[in-house]
Amino acid sequence: MEIKGKLTIEKVDDYHFKIPCSEGMQVPGLIYANQKLIDDIKLDESLRQVANVAHLPGIIKYSLAMPDMHWGYGFPIGGVAAFDLEEGIISPGGVGYDINCGCRILRTDLTLPDVRDKMRQLVTALFRGIPSGVGSTGKIKLNVNEEKRVLRKGARWAVEKGYGDMEDLERTEDKGVMEDADPEVVSQRALERGRNQLGTLGSGNHFLEIGVVDEIYDQEAARAFDLFENQIVVSIHSGSRGFGYQVCDDFIKAMLHKTGKMNIELPDRQLVCAYLKSEMGKKYYAGMACAANYAWANREVLTHWTREILEKTLNLSPGDLNMNLVYDVCHNIAKKEVHTIDGKERKVCVHRKGATRAFPAGHQDVPKVYREVGQPVLIPGDMGRCSYVLVGTEKAMEETFGSTCHGAGRLMSRTKAKKSCRGRSIAQEMEERGIVVMAEGRATLAEEIPEAYKDVSDVVEVVHQAGISKKVAKLKPLGVVKG
Amino acid sequence: MDDMMAKSYKTFNHTADLGIEVYGEDQKRLFINAGFALFDLITDMDKVEVKTSLPLTAEGMDPEDLMVSWLRELLYLHQVKGYLFRDFAIHEMSEEVLKATVKGEKFDPRRHELIREIKAATYHQIKVACEKGVWISRIVFDI
Repeated sequence: MEIKGKLTIEKVDDYHFKIPCSEGMQVPGLIYANQKLIDDIKLDESLRQVANVAHLPGIIKYSLAMPDMHWGYGFPIGGVAAFDLEEGIISPGGVGYDINCGCRILRTDLTLPDVRDKMRQLVTALFRGIPSGVGSTGKIKLNVNEEKRVLRKGARWAVEKGYGDMEDLERTEDKGVMEDADPEVVSQRALERGRNQLGTLGSGNHFLEIGVVDEIYDQEAARAFDLFENQIVVSIHSGSRGFGYQVCDDFIKAMLHKTGKMNIELPDRQLVCAYLKSEMGKKYYAGMACAANYAWANREVLTHWTREILEKTLNLSPGDLNMNLVYDVCHNIAKKEVHTIDGKERKVCVHRKGATRAFPAGHQDVPKVYREVGQPVLIPGDMGRCSYVLVGTEKAMEETFGSTCHGAGRLMSRTKAKKSCRGRSIAQEMEERGIVVMAEGRATLAEEIPEAYKDVSDVVEVVHQAGISKKVAKLKPLGVVKG
Repeated sequence: MDDMMAKSYKTFNHTADLGIEVYGEDQKRLFINAGFALFDLITDMDKVEVKTSLPLTAEGMDPEDLMVSWLRELLYLHQVKGYLFRDFAIHEMSEEVLKATVKGEKFDPRRHELIREIKAATYHQIKVACEKGVWISRIVFDI
């Protein structure tokens, strides 16, 4: 059911490429990329997916894609699309299976000399102390009622149970909770899958990383984020685990069985959706919010254990370590937000699938401590090169519904990455680059080799030059725990 | 048996995820081979023994939906109940319903390795068709 025919791609300027409207597309496609990245992007089917998303009812302005975009299922990864609340839709495939997969960065008072000789010890302690890997189950066992409290309260549940600090909530997107969550709309299966997985990192591209601030680009924003050169930071990338996958799967199935009644012709079944104002649309939003809350609780618990492990391993008090959350962002989410469209403020539903919110200075949803500079945006790269901290901008509000990229973006399929690793020791190669890496899964390291990803610096340069977020700091990895 | 099964599917490249193309001489065999392929991607099938059997029913609107539904039910039994399956017998099959008995055992960390986590079978470019007398299905898994 894919759209037939060749897609036309027009270069608008050095950082924008356009897919003009063709039959069935309600709006054009707009891709943020440079020539090098667009040449890679053309190799897979993600541009076709940008065009497919433009078919969906109620889409506003553009079907957008960020420079880290690649072939997803239904929506491309790196896709952003906003829909009218009255005439528009919400699509589980536009959010993804790992609902609120996201990233947080914690700063410390430590500098490189404090940990340089202790990296193996630290990574080993984190690897042992933080449950990770395929199907990993955690140390927290929830009964149904407690699980429903997690789904309603998100990160706040964790803090109330003694995991993490109240201050962390202030520095989390949406304060770590989507208020629309309703545990009564999620299936028994979702509850079953979520019960034993809270406080687990997961597998694949999920990770926990100790890094060092390598370069500062924007002194004012860095000061506001409490970042400085040579400082040790910790990043955590994880999501809603089996709970979120099940919520997505349940609603895709339910919506597909109803699509006939909607009169929407889908270019790909995975784009299945429901009108936002319909019963089904509302239920999905409430279920998705539960999964988003689960993910925030999960990252908060992981944060707590990470703090404990670092304190114990380095024999430091919490005050000495001073490990505070810089910020926590969602990568896979749909949210109702107010944006200015054609000069008028409108509430719309923004889908970000492999994209990050990037709100500017002065926006009321930016934590007070950062309101003068803008929202921190965290862009993890691959395990060998670097990551970035950016800051949101007014231009993002004007052009991309306050959105930017979310990471490096895959370049190689997992199969191809594994093939290129035959006979190599990836852990040893990483060690030669000064990075200690430990992984639970046998295949993980091979699938996650740096060259399997685009260079995150190329991706970040595009969003920086296009102005939809600005560079604040570059981080270099020192030690990585992979699932 | 295993050699024949191993050749009954191949993986194809998808940037972030994993796709399989499965073959079968008839629709029943196609679904059996898809079930085998799923667990072959998850674990080393040589180490899975038949110790228990369960009935399984899957329903769909059409053969494509039925395929996703069948893999969804198998994944549920794996992820929530901890099963690994290696033998699949389909007793009844139409375009919309499938009744089967699936055989295998529970995951045992001392003997089994989980190679990768499969989050879900997606509908992305899903295909179930008979081409030149061979049944073919293409499925993209989210991993």
